[in-house]
Amino acid sequence: MSKQYETVIGLEVHVELATKTKIFCGCSTEFGGAPNTHTCPVCTGMPGSLPVLNKQVVEYAMAVGLATNCKINQYCKFDRKNYFYPDNPQNYQISQLYLPICHDGGIEIETSAGKKVIGIHEIHMEEDAGKLVHDEWEDCSLVDFNRSGVPLIEIVSEPDMRSADEVIAYLDKLRLIIQYLGASDCKLQEGSMRADVNLSVREAGASEFGTRTEMKNLNSFKAIARAIEGERARQIELIEEGKKVIQETRRWDDNKEYSYAMRSKEDAQDYRYFPEPDLVPIVISDEWLERVKANQPELRDEKKLRYKKEYDIPEYDINILTSSKKLADIFENTIALCNKPKEVSNWLMVETMRLLKEEEKEPDDICFSPVNLAKLIGLIDEGAINRTVAKEVFEVIFREDADPEKYIEEKGLKTVNDEGALRSTIEEIVEANPQSVEDYHAGKTKAMGFLVGQTMKAMKGKADPGMVNKILLEILAE
Amino acid sequence: MDLMKLTAVELGKKIKAKEVTVKEAVEAAFARIEKMEGKINSFVTTDKEAALRRAGEVQKLIDDGTLTGPLAGVPVAVKDNMCTSGMLTTCSSKILENFVPTYTAEAVLNLERAGAVVLGKTNMDEFAMGSTTETSAYGVTRNPWNTEHVPGGSSGGSCTAVAAEECSFALGSDTGGSIRQPSSFCGVTGIKPTYGTVSRYGLIAYGSSLDQIGPIAKDVTDCAAILEAIASYDPKDSTSVKRDSYDFTSALTDDVKGMRIGIPKDYFTDGLDSEVKDAIMKAAEELKKKGAIVEEFDLSLVEYAIPAYYIIASAEASSNLARFDGVKYGYRTSEYEGLHNMYKRTRSEGFGAEVKRRIMLGSFVLSSGYYDAYYIKALKTKALIKQAFDKAFERFDVILAPAAPTTAPKLGESLSDPIKMYLGDIYTISVNLAGLPGITVPCGVDSKGLPIGMQLLGDCFQEKKIIRAAYSFEQTRSYVRCPICEEGGSLDE
Repeated sequence: MSKQYETVIGLEVHVELATKTKIFCGCSTEFGGAPNTHTCPVCTGMPGSLPVLNKQVVEYAMAVGLATNCKINQYCKFDRKNYFYPDNPQNYQISQLYLPICHDGGIEIETSAGKKVIGIHEIHMEEDAGKLVHDEWEDCSLVDFNRSGVPLIEIVSEPDMRSADEVIAYLDKLRLIIQYLGASDCKLQEGSMRADVNLSVREAGASEFGTRTEMKNLNSFKAIARAIEGERARQIELIEEGKKVIQETRRWDDNKEYSYAMRSKEDAQDYRYFPEPDLVPIVISDEWLERVKANQPELRDEKKLRYKKEYDIPEYDINILTSSKKLADIFENTIALCNKPKEVSNWLMVETMRLLKEEEKEPDDICFSPVNLAKLIGLIDEGAINRTVAKEVFEVIFREDADPEKYIEEKGLKTVNDEGALRSTIEEIVEANPQSVEDYHAGKTKAMGFLVGQTMKAMKGKADPGMVNKILLEILAE
Repeated sequence: MDLMKLTAVELGKKIKAKEVTVKEAVEAAFARIEKMEGKINSFVTTDKEAALRRAGEVQKLIDDGTLTGPLAGVPVAVKDNMCTSGMLTTCSSKILENFVPTYTAEAVLNLERAGAVVLGKTNMDEFAMGSTTETSAYGVTRNPWNTEHVPGGSSGGSCTAVAAEECSFALGSDTGGSIRQPSSFCGVTGIKPTYGTVSRYGLIAYGSSLDQIGPIAKDVTDCAAILEAIASYDPKDSTSVKRDSYDFTSALTDDVKGMRIGIPKDYFTDGLDSEVKDAIMKAAEELKKKGAIVEEFDLSLVEYAIPAYYIIASAEASSNLARFDGVKYGYRTSEYEGLHNMYKRTRSEGFGAEVKRRIMLGSFVLSSGYYDAYYIKALKTKALIKQAFDKAFERFDVILAPAAPTTAPKLGESLSDPIKMYLGDIYTISVNLAGLPGITVPCGVDSKGLPIGMQLLGDCFQEKKIIRAAYSFEQTRSYVRCPICEEGGSLDE
């Protein structure tokens, strides 16, 4: 490759909103369920049925728009996008084209190359389609409309990204903002967040964009990064060979690490968009907008600043603790119960992260309650258990959300604070290990450690190490 | 006593007074249907068994005092584009030949709550597209005044069922005149309410922004009572309007003193049949005699209404009818290879010519590159037409106009020239574009023996004004039964 090329990327991100009911009817949005059980005449496109907008969808869309610095269209409309496909029961999708709810925003990302703002062209609301199931045995296709009418927002970025790193940083930031808002769980694998990548390349320094392609079927951050590298290489190769990049939609196959053309611009469908006559325009009053603004939760950037100010914990820890809304919530809720930020942070940063890694889980999968972590910290604090026992108990809390008080009671793990019992055990140990006592008096401090270890072993780990040290020193000094 | 000769309200009174049972009323209707259907074909579906069962239930509710309204126990016919749970609903199309809804349209539910008994579903132009009821997949409906003539459309079956006394009243729907024009052709009374007054939930959409369900009956009193029963705010229909009042019957007063009535000069041009014109002018004189102030004025923009309407209605229809694809319900072609072939064959075989014409027209005007030139321009025209009416209603309480340029044409005359047929909608269409209420009342019979109707149009939500004007006019003449009813059509001889 003789020339230098620049990659230009824009994203279309679909996010499934966390409403309880669908966008235009009262059916449940719950995942799973036997096929066509979360359906009604509206979301199965029965003749004569009519859509009624779920207000919560508008609020979530507004919240995401505000959090991404968008302008809110206080007068917006739905449009019909017409196309035939069996997963789409009406053969049109209710979406927004002419007056989307949010527009002209942007978010700041940070990569190794520094900070940068990625523009957001618009955010619009729309409905999801059903799911087709192809039965190879019967040679037929079946359709499940449970997903039909689940609310989505589509966040359309400006073509402001130049590398896979920037794309990942943008997606990650977007995901966190939306999770913090509680508007969606944004899980790529489960499809509650989906990204289509629009990519073109051009010679470095060129002012015009090259011809772009759109890539679909990207199910993880890693797949997105690979797809970007793959598509960039494919386009550069075409250009170097003197061929043209064709504007088309391509499907990424992450196993083969290659994309395949789905349809070109020539046979692109004409969606014949027009205003949805079954819905009235959405008028967002100043009061409504102000209320949504006032209810915006603290987002990650603000949270980081506050943690720095309020808790004396390192910036690295703050970054990790705020990398998931779930983690930050547990952190704050536990502190509220025990008022030991440093201690709570340690349990989350060290033991929790270790166990998550071991079980190949994400912070969002954490299922223990702050109450039990706070209790554990309290038990250590009052010397009821030592740290070794505490780690063992925490594993049970992590896995089963066990109540630590009950657990140590049942298992008899409580530290022995009975000085008399401890003293007699230590006396026995000292008596049984004359060589070590001699070594200790000869200035070999290692011998002290051995004696402590022997005591702990004899006490089955339940002794308070501080007390063991104290008594041992007293006996040795005699 | 011939129960079917009575108006709905008269029959309701007799049922309430225990002079007549609901079962007797329903049986009288079916006796009449059996006698008339072979001649006129008003119905796609009738269900005597279900109606008699319902009659029993309603009778109990009347007897125990639960149902006290004017329509309790009164037999009704419903246009076949309104969903009825458990009863075939075809839109007079082959593509819905086997469609039995699981739910009932809100307007029909409201009628059922009022105690009306559904007899069956009436024939119509396929998907309400047409002005003659000749485009039905289930045969043409004939005008009971003269079976060589069309009944008008698209609510032709509902209007003939009322005129031929096969039911006490009927529901129709009006997208561009589909209640008012066939009411005029069949000598009955029909109201197209203000857009948003009657819920569209369960009405199989043709042009969503124009469709409105309304009553068809023998007189204005019936229509007001029926409208009162079917109108409601419905949260299931986002375009439903919460009105301040749903009272319409209090407007049934014979008093037009000082009422300002406008006659749009632009409606009385060469295209208007002279006999129709004379009948309307005579009606204007009658109203004047009663103290109304009648003046002519220029409405303007009249010639733009038809193109604007056909663009908007067809555009919406092209999308509304996309769901009929053979996948989920309705007709599916018997042989096909693959999905696209299935779509193509199902829709080619399932839709009739007029429906296909409008789907193609609508798809064309929405396609990229033409959207602004056609659809947007049509929307702007619609807004201007609304403004022209707003201006008119600053001066007038109601507007008096013909319902159609001629009386009912002969069968087969209209479909050969669709443009001419579309032009026949000139007096009814702008009312839908502007969302206004309109009523058709009979005002004469022409030399061919066919009825002439006139329209009274009001500003949005001013139904009471048109009802009052129509009721006052109605007092100047008596109801003219169609000849078929007079010629031994009675059942009590």
